[in-house]
Amino acid sequence: MSTPQDSIARASAAAEALPVPAEPRFLGLPAGIWPRIFAPLAIGVLVLALWEFAVRWNGIPPYVLPGPLLVGQTLVADWATLSVSLWVTLRITFLALAAAVVVGVALAVLFSQSKWLEMALLPYAIVLQVTPVVAIAPLIIIWADDIDLSLLICAWIVAFFPILSNTILGLSAADHNLVNLFELYGASRWQTLRYLRLPAALPYFLAGLKVSGGLALIGAVVAEFVAGTGGNASGLAYRILEAGYQLKIPRVFAALAMISLSGVAIFLATSLISHLLLRRWHESAIRREN
Amino acid sequence: MTAVTLSGAGGTLPAGAAPLVALRGVSKRFGNGTLAVRDVDLDLAAGEFVSLLGPSGCGKSTLLRMIAGLGAPSAGTIAWPGRDEGAAGRGFDLGFVFQDPTLMPWANALANVMLPLTLKKVPRGEAEARAAEMLALVGLAGFERAYPRELSGGMKMRVSIARALVMKPRILLMDEPFAALDEITRHRLNNDLLELWAHERFTAVFVTHSVFESVYLSQRIVVMAARPGRVMADLPVDAPYPRNELFRTSGEYAHLCRIASGKLEEAIGS
Ligand SMILES: Nc1ncnc2c1ncn2[C@@H]1O[C@H](COP(=O)(O)OP(=O)(O)O)[C@@H](O)[C@H]1O
Ligand SMILES: [Mg+2]
Repeated sequence: MSTPQDSIARASAAAEALPVPAEPRFLGLPAGIWPRIFAPLAIGVLVLALWEFAVRWNGIPPYVLPGPLLVGQTLVADWATLSVSLWVTLRITFLALAAAVVVGVALAVLFSQSKWLEMALLPYAIVLQVTPVVAIAPLIIIWADDIDLSLLICAWIVAFFPILSNTILGLSAADHNLVNLFELYGASRWQTLRYLRLPAALPYFLAGLKVSGGLALIGAVVAEFVAGTGGNASGLAYRILEAGYQLKIPRVFAALAMISLSGVAIFLATSLISHLLLRRWHESAIRREN
Repeated sequence: MTAVTLSGAGGTLPAGAAPLVALRGVSKRFGNGTLAVRDVDLDLAAGEFVSLLGPSGCGKSTLLRMIAGLGAPSAGTIAWPGRDEGAAGRGFDLGFVFQDPTLMPWANALANVMLPLTLKKVPRGEAEARAAEMLALVGLAGFERAYPRELSGGMKMRVSIARALVMKPRILLMDEPFAALDEITRHRLNNDLLELWAHERFTAVFVTHSVFESVYLSQRIVVMAARPGRVMADLPVDAPYPRNELFRTSGEYAHLCRIASGKLEEAIGS
């Protein structure tokens, strides 16, 4: 449709347009990212160098504190065993995280539809959250009667609460006027959920996911420690226990490094997912120029 | 059904014609005891442009929201004579523009304008075409894929107006839509709103606290007073359309503003 008014309106609207500046890029990444990679990297290299130097200067024996070079060598030498254990731990972590997402989001949606259900069930979710997993892990291991399943349950218990509580918050954080607008157009509950509450909850959910990713790993490792004393787990925590008994301290450090690096990788992955999903619209994903 | 006459003086009802909306003895008391609106009688004729003018806190928003069906009156009735109750339902023939653009930040301009159509299950292709047409009409052709954060305040408000008009409502309710914008943008949007009104022939109810805006836009100004919110005066604005910058700088405009200003002073002083 074109009317004489159109052109007038278009001209006046275009005058209000904001130019969107293009970001400078370097090696395929926005130029602003590089300091954020190099600064922590430089600190890391510096600390490792100091550590290596201190170990050598003081002649500390490797069964007390191995230097980072020795840890690296052990990591390469024992890679065959350690990588299998890493995979076992990561599998539990990802399964627990997936279960945490499914159950956390499903419960949050359920609670958003029925305040009564929320009142009745949320206290029990909190009980699960505040009970130390180390204390209930032995029980779960006895009851579940399957080591993988019990590890999964333990890791899930630790991981699911941030997703639940954040998504609950997000589902009720939709703009009040938008809620009114949906009401005005006679939107059904399902439509309000699909087109308004779920998108509005996405940034909150993703913040929860970032926390839960790390917690799932911690939950898996802690549960392995508990189960490992029974001697029938094979994850990284079990390798640490085993190497500890045998005084293979460099191996303890190598396994520890793998757990830490996994945690960092999970954090980076969840951050990337969050950034990709929010970059078009959410304030948290937008870098401001003043 | 929408027999609209844009010519003629003021928004007074043609003899015998039923009003589009009729408020009778409408009051609103909130749960905390605030009497936001007291005993309002008001008829809105099809096709007229009415402003609700009053100081902040005089119940303009509350009244507008009750007309929209958001929050029932505590007393009195709001009737829609001539509206086919069963088929019409809420939302089909009513558009609402908030003071903030109230857009979904996760959706682009086109998807935001499509929202009412999506909620009414209009097929996607048709909805996209109608939304794009509406965006063009408010001057935003080419901005379909832009996200709200990429748009200026004035452009966001245009998207909000396009969304309110995309169902071709018979009545458009606006709650201080331009209050947060700078004067230049506001004047431009005032002009474009009048063009849209002439083009789309809806009934316009425009809430404002600006005397100048109300005189420039409307055929009729309903002046309200606060504590409790009530109607103080109902002024016709007998100036012909189309109105433009010539009107804005005319002696007639100044004269009308002085009258409305006097009434507003009375309302504030009462
Ligand atoms: N939801 C509410 N609960 C209680 N009081 C309210 C509510 N909304 C508005 N009010 C009160 O009602 C009065 C009228 O408010 P409002 O209609 O927003 O006025 P206006 O839009 O003219 O500024 C004010 O005193 C305000 O504080
Ligand atoms: Mg208001």
